[in-house]
Amino acid sequence: MNKVWKRTYSYYFLLPAAIIYLVIFILPTFMSFFFSMTRWTLQDWTYTGLENFKTFFEESSLNIGFKNTFVYAAVTCVLKVIFGLLLGVFLTSKIKTKNYLRSVVFFPTLVSTIAVGIAFSTLMHPTEGLINTTLAQLGISGPDWLGDTRYALLSVAFVDVWKGVGFATVIYIAGIMSIPAEYYEALQIDGGGSWHKFWSIILPLSRPATNTVIILAFIGGLRSFDILWPMTGGGPGFATDVIASIIYKQYQAGFYGLATAGNVILFLFVSVLAFPLSLYLNRKEVDL
Amino acid sequence: MIRRIRLFSIEAGAVLASVVIFWIPLYFVLVNAMKDEKGASLRSMSWPAANRLWSNVKEVIRARDHMLLHAFVNSATLTVLSIAVLLIVCSMAGFVMQRRSDRFTPWISFFVLAGLIIPPAIVPTIWVLEKLHLFKTMLGLIMVEVALAFPFGVLLYRGFMGAIPREIDEASVVDGCGGLRLFFQIIFPLLKPVNATIIVTSSVAIFNDFTNPLYFFPGSKNATVQLTLYNFMSQFISQYNLLYTNILLITIPPLVLFIVFNKKIVSGITAGAVKG
Repeated sequence: MNKVWKRTYSYYFLLPAAIIYLVIFILPTFMSFFFSMTRWTLQDWTYTGLENFKTFFEESSLNIGFKNTFVYAAVTCVLKVIFGLLLGVFLTSKIKTKNYLRSVVFFPTLVSTIAVGIAFSTLMHPTEGLINTTLAQLGISGPDWLGDTRYALLSVAFVDVWKGVGFATVIYIAGIMSIPAEYYEALQIDGGGSWHKFWSIILPLSRPATNTVIILAFIGGLRSFDILWPMTGGGPGFATDVIASIIYKQYQAGFYGLATAGNVILFLFVSVLAFPLSLYLNRKEVDL
Repeated sequence: MIRRIRLFSIEAGAVLASVVIFWIPLYFVLVNAMKDEKGASLRSMSWPAANRLWSNVKEVIRARDHMLLHAFVNSATLTVLSIAVLLIVCSMAGFVMQRRSDRFTPWISFFVLAGLIIPPAIVPTIWVLEKLHLFKTMLGLIMVEVALAFPFGVLLYRGFMGAIPREIDEASVVDGCGGLRLFFQIIFPLLKPVNATIIVTSSVAIFNDFTNPLYFFPGSKNATVQLTLYNFMSQFISQYNLLYTNILLITIPPLVLFIVFNKKIVSGITAGAVKG
């Protein structure tokens, strides 16, 4: 049997993928541990030990990124789960405009992140933006969404949810549709209402979908850069700086060693949060 | 009757909400792409007095020595070539990873799946690309896109290949097929549904990618369409009409894809995401 394996399923099938993946992804990942401990110009390096990490943890402009990264990931993840679940339930119910609504909810997922960022920056303009002019007509004076340090991070998170909720919804739709009809029939015989249906069937049995959404949204949130950067560039001040944008700033400034240290920190941050989370979620998963 | 009225009003509310939440931002971009410089700077929703969309389009294309056209060529090349490589490389790897099980397979799986979680180490990647003389080249950027999309692609292929019976392999081997022929003549044609999913999802992701071209494909000659938007943002800070026209133009390819493959996108994602 082993010989047949070796001939028909030889490892050289893996070779093209392995070369690209090892050289472009795995090798730089391992190298980052070394280069994070250097002062580096891309041509040559001086070994400095843990100095980059010390700098990173001591300077408030750098370590503010931890809190922001975590808050951003948590907020976007929770909102995507809640809205994704509600939309998923709504879009699998017996409504006539289902196909139209599904398409509309999914569409922003396909639009370029920068385009979304630019459009919403304008809509969120403090005095002339559409959001605040509309609020003004209702007699509410809206805040400076992206210019106020208290709201900026949450405003960007909101745009991220606007763009990404369609993906979460699709996953929930798949999860809810895979629930066998017998459960609903049993509930009907027992005389349960739609609240029961949601609470005791859909919610527990769409658990695999919930886990997928949480993991994807949380990891995506921890790594997010492409919507934050065009909308705020990390500002005002450092209010929306996340680890990924700090890495970019240090890279731009030519501090390659420090940028790589940021990368290693992001790597550890994501691992420490995402691996236990996925283990925990998978253990609690209910089998259908 | 009351129940039906209630259902109807909920549905009407949902449609109305979809207009406010999803159509208004798009409408906003459209009307402002039709205005002149002064009109667009007001950031209003009003319909323009005169439609200047066409002259805006011409101006955006002419800007900076037809940079947008170069960018479209770059983005199209990047997307098409990356996906071609991705399909071949992922399906071959997924085939062996699904069929074989020996000492190494758990390790291979571990390293591949880790790629879904680990953020790429950017500056070391630039260093590696530079050593290979691939930094700031299209080939280098394609390699990056393939390497980063590889884990998800393998995941999809491996899942799908589990459903292709091994009896097919055995019959072909008995008939004298070697590994390569078995794969390319028998297995690969059966993979059409996954191929379609990967083509659609990855082409949107790669076409819309901003971060990787920003790092690995710098320089004004190199720009992809996403970078033109990013560059225009600083250059045309007072010419919002051109900025919106640019947004409109670069949204057309994903929009066409969406209209053509609407059903496939959604079913493909659902197949990959939950069962995966």
